[in-house]
Amino acid sequence: MAYVKKVNIKGQDYWYLFHTIRQSNKFLKKSRYLGKELPKNLEEIKQEFLNELHAPKEKSEKEKLIESLTPSERKVFPILKEENELSKIAEISRLQQIEVLRALGWLEAKNLIKINKEEKEIINLDKNGLIYLKKGFPEKQFLKLLPNNLENLRKHLNQDEINVSIGKLKRLNAINFKKEITVTDEGNKLLREKSKEELFLKKLPLELLKLNKEDKLIYNELGSRKEIIKTDVKKTIYAGLTDLGKELINHKLKTNLIESLNQEMLLKKSWKNKTFRRFNIQSEIPRIYPGRRHFVNEAINYIRKIWLELGFKEMTGNLVQTSFWNFDALFVPQDHPAREMQDTFFINGKGKLPNSEIVKRVKAVHENGWTTGSSGWNYKWSEEEAKKLVLRTHTTVLSARTIAALRKEELPAKFFSVGKIFRNEAIDWAHLFELHQIEGIIIDESVNFKNLLGYLREYYNKLGIDKVKFRPSYYPYTEMSVDCIAYIPERNKWIELGGAGMFRPEVVKPLLGINVPVLAFGQGLERGILEYYKITDIRELYKNDLKQLREMRLWMK
Amino acid sequence: MPTVNLNRKEVENLIGKKLSLEELKEKITSLGTDLDEITDEEIIVEIFPNRPDLLSEAGLARSLAQLIEHKLGLKRYKTEKSDYKIIIEDSVKQVRPYTVCAVVKNLNLNEARIKEIIQLQEKLHITYGRNRKKVAIGIYPLEKIKFPIRFLAKSPNEIKFQPLDSNNEISANEILEKHSTGKEYGHLLKDAKVYPLFIDANNNILSMPPIINSEKVGRVAEKTKDVFVECSGFDLKVLKKCLNIIVCALADLNGIIYENELTYGNKKEITPNLEPEEMRININYANKILGLDLKENDVKKLLEKMGYGYKDKKVLIPAYRADILHEIDLVEDIAIAYGYDKFTETIPNIATIAKEDKYYEFKEKIIDILIGLNLIEVRNYNLTNKNNLYNKMNLNEQETVSLANSLSQGYDALRSWIIPNLLEILSKNKHNEYPQNIFEIGNIFKKGNSETGVIEQERLAIAVCHNKADFTQIKQILDSLFSSLDLKYDIKEIEHNSFISGRAGRVSLNGKNIAYIGEIHPSVLENWNLEVPVSALELNLTDLFGIIYPK
Repeated sequence: MAYVKKVNIKGQDYWYLFHTIRQSNKFLKKSRYLGKELPKNLEEIKQEFLNELHAPKEKSEKEKLIESLTPSERKVFPILKEENELSKIAEISRLQQIEVLRALGWLEAKNLIKINKEEKEIINLDKNGLIYLKKGFPEKQFLKLLPNNLENLRKHLNQDEINVSIGKLKRLNAINFKKEITVTDEGNKLLREKSKEELFLKKLPLELLKLNKEDKLIYNELGSRKEIIKTDVKKTIYAGLTDLGKELINHKLKTNLIESLNQEMLLKKSWKNKTFRRFNIQSEIPRIYPGRRHFVNEAINYIRKIWLELGFKEMTGNLVQTSFWNFDALFVPQDHPAREMQDTFFINGKGKLPNSEIVKRVKAVHENGWTTGSSGWNYKWSEEEAKKLVLRTHTTVLSARTIAALRKEELPAKFFSVGKIFRNEAIDWAHLFELHQIEGIIIDESVNFKNLLGYLREYYNKLGIDKVKFRPSYYPYTEMSVDCIAYIPERNKWIELGGAGMFRPEVVKPLLGINVPVLAFGQGLERGILEYYKITDIRELYKNDLKQLREMRLWMK
Repeated sequence: MPTVNLNRKEVENLIGKKLSLEELKEKITSLGTDLDEITDEEIIVEIFPNRPDLLSEAGLARSLAQLIEHKLGLKRYKTEKSDYKIIIEDSVKQVRPYTVCAVVKNLNLNEARIKEIIQLQEKLHITYGRNRKKVAIGIYPLEKIKFPIRFLAKSPNEIKFQPLDSNNEISANEILEKHSTGKEYGHLLKDAKVYPLFIDANNNILSMPPIINSEKVGRVAEKTKDVFVECSGFDLKVLKKCLNIIVCALADLNGIIYENELTYGNKKEITPNLEPEEMRININYANKILGLDLKENDVKKLLEKMGYGYKDKKVLIPAYRADILHEIDLVEDIAIAYGYDKFTETIPNIATIAKEDKYYEFKEKIIDILIGLNLIEVRNYNLTNKNNLYNKMNLNEQETVSLANSLSQGYDALRSWIIPNLLEILSKNKHNEYPQNIFEIGNIFKKGNSETGVIEQERLAIAVCHNKADFTQIKQILDSLFSSLDLKYDIKEIEHNSFISGRAGRVSLNGKNIAYIGEIHPSVLENWNLEVPVSALELNLTDLFGIIYPK
């Protein structure tokens, strides 16, 4: 505990803070001058004083740097004092060149060295060069075989070599052509001495840039002959110490740093009194991927949760439906364009109609309005048309079935579903033939149009869309009919997100038996989530590219 | 929904009051139409199918003038008496039994107005007329016609006249085979033994509905002042509405409407009838549905803004409105006139208990385990094709639920299993990192005994794909799934052409088959251009749910 004490120096009082700390086995008394008066924020100063004393001693940057060297760096770095070329370093360190190179890379990243690369052209012996170095050049062999005739010579040398030898030896006046070929005095001299070319070959390898004038001529001449010499490019890597490197090169490098902690060390407590090598925690790591939900399903689950929070029951049902449930029960007349081949997927075959009472009512409501007070559509309703099978064009079919199965005693009731729907469209950047619809109904004697708009507003707010407008629309099964349009700031545009309305009496009464207000909505899913996922082509939602699925951001609304 | 391009000047003139661009935009939208664009010349707008009366400059202007309270309330249209007679002969009964007709005089036509009228006629054909099937409309210059007109049907072999846009007389059959309009609508007379005709007292053919008018007496020109209008079809009520829409629009262009006398055998009928229909409105009902507290006067005013008349709780419905079936339709128009944006949005105070679908809840639990096993969820379409389902899987084609009509190539059948979809995904992801371990939960479809003759099942399919993917790994996944569900399963070896023999099995629970599992046969992999091994399983989740949660 720190304490305050007054100290009298030359008749003046001064206030001090004192605290005793223990360092290894010694006790040290630390103090801080406070002033002639006790400061008001004494408690604060006390705390600060204690914090400073007890804070672990910051290691110096250099110390940290040294502790961060990997084992191979620690091997390589001291060698740089004597030697700076890669292959030599590898030799001395007994590491593979690739390991040394990696270590040099790390050292460079730590600003201890600078790597320089040099490319040299090195002249080496080629296939024939190796042979001639042992046996002598063909012209020398030729001379040795003289005097002789061509026929004999051909047994020892090939035609190329003979041609070159004759050409060369003639130029040097080293041979005579008579009946047979003989050696001249010049030739004898050549026989005795080593030729310039032979001496050149002996000196190889040589660096091309460092040749003297004379050697350059020989190099050119030999280069034009077949496979005597070759020129290889040799890359040499040098490591030069930076200023920081020079400063640290003489430091003693710790050798007993712990590379990785393991079970054995923990059991034997061998980690005690050792230092862990410091890692570069900012370095890049290979990325790993978790198992993931499909991102569209993440959005769907979020939306399902919204409706569950609002007290709705979930509806489910088949994707294949009879036209009766998909259209007729929803008061869509049988000659409505939506029931034509170009809009809806029809399935080969026919289905069965439900119990005859509901069919009778639906037939009557289409033909003359039944007891709903409506005039109906005034046409002859066909059972056969109603039996046609479709891939459901909306999840409103689930609402119709739910109402048909509902008993009056179960009111008030709210239902929702998020399900697939189908449209017979050619697929392109803006159109899919399989989409999702978010469907819901609220059934109660007390609900009204204001409540419909209220639910829709609440839903969009929960989705994070705050600018929503409602405008009149038309659906054969709702009256009022509403379109919801939302402002999408990313596109600076209002887009249509779905329809809603109140089911017509011609829908509700035949299914439920009584006419009760039913608020209904059918909102699209796909268009509303494109912005979030930064997708412009709607097909991207279901292209199943695994990179996209692995890396897609989570749904966070 | 039909889009019409309306002449903006004409609409503004007909409204009779200048509106700013913003006002015009707002009012058009609040009327319940979908505005595409307004340029200096044009108003491009989508008209909802319940309002065919808005498909013309005249119709839209009329409604806007009422909505902005410039010309509030019911607009009355007068009809003049006349001697124009139409005789409908029995022969049309079998092909196109009804027509209704009118004469409109005193039209001041020009090129633009002829365009307007033709557009109205064409859009009515497409929408209300269901592409001329339900209603075909003919408009003729009156001066070329001698009354009475007969509506009759003749054998095609006896019919010959010069159709519009043709240089000479051709036979009815030639019209259907060669004339562009004939080719487009000829199917409407398919199988008909006789074709309907309008013929005047000079024995000139006016037209052959629903196909085409005659060039000689059936072309309206700029100098035309008076026209004869007919609608033919199968439903008198529908035809009358359609005729009303046209003659009211023509009357708005200064036309004077003359009645026609129709003779059906010994029955006579006078058309058009532009008297408004009456419907009672219960103000309490309207208030209850809308959640408003409107007084009778408010309701009257709102109805008048939508072009209705109101007297003693009775609403007078203009003769051109074709969409008023029920009192609720009036309530909607009250709401539109009130303005959707003026309603206070509220959540009702009714208590209900939320309930997640039990199967969905179960599915989510399964998915949790799969994610923990580091699998990636994929999503495919239900639509596919038989080549993918069978040929590429080394299987013989099986009975499959297929579509009668598909616009998208390669998507004409509903999938009967999911593994082919997974292989397709793997074949498209060869450029991506391995391992590629994926799963999908989705529907499959089979023929069977049900309401629709189709049995739908939800299945879980899993595919693991990497250099060491084998039977053990896929079985480990199955095993960890079933052990999490605390279920004991059996595996029986089976022969299945999609899998390697000796490495394929059928999984069952208490003797009930529930899944198959195996290493995909290399020749199947070859069919999908895959060079990495795949092992897979497909599990019937619907049945598994039924086993865990028996009803």
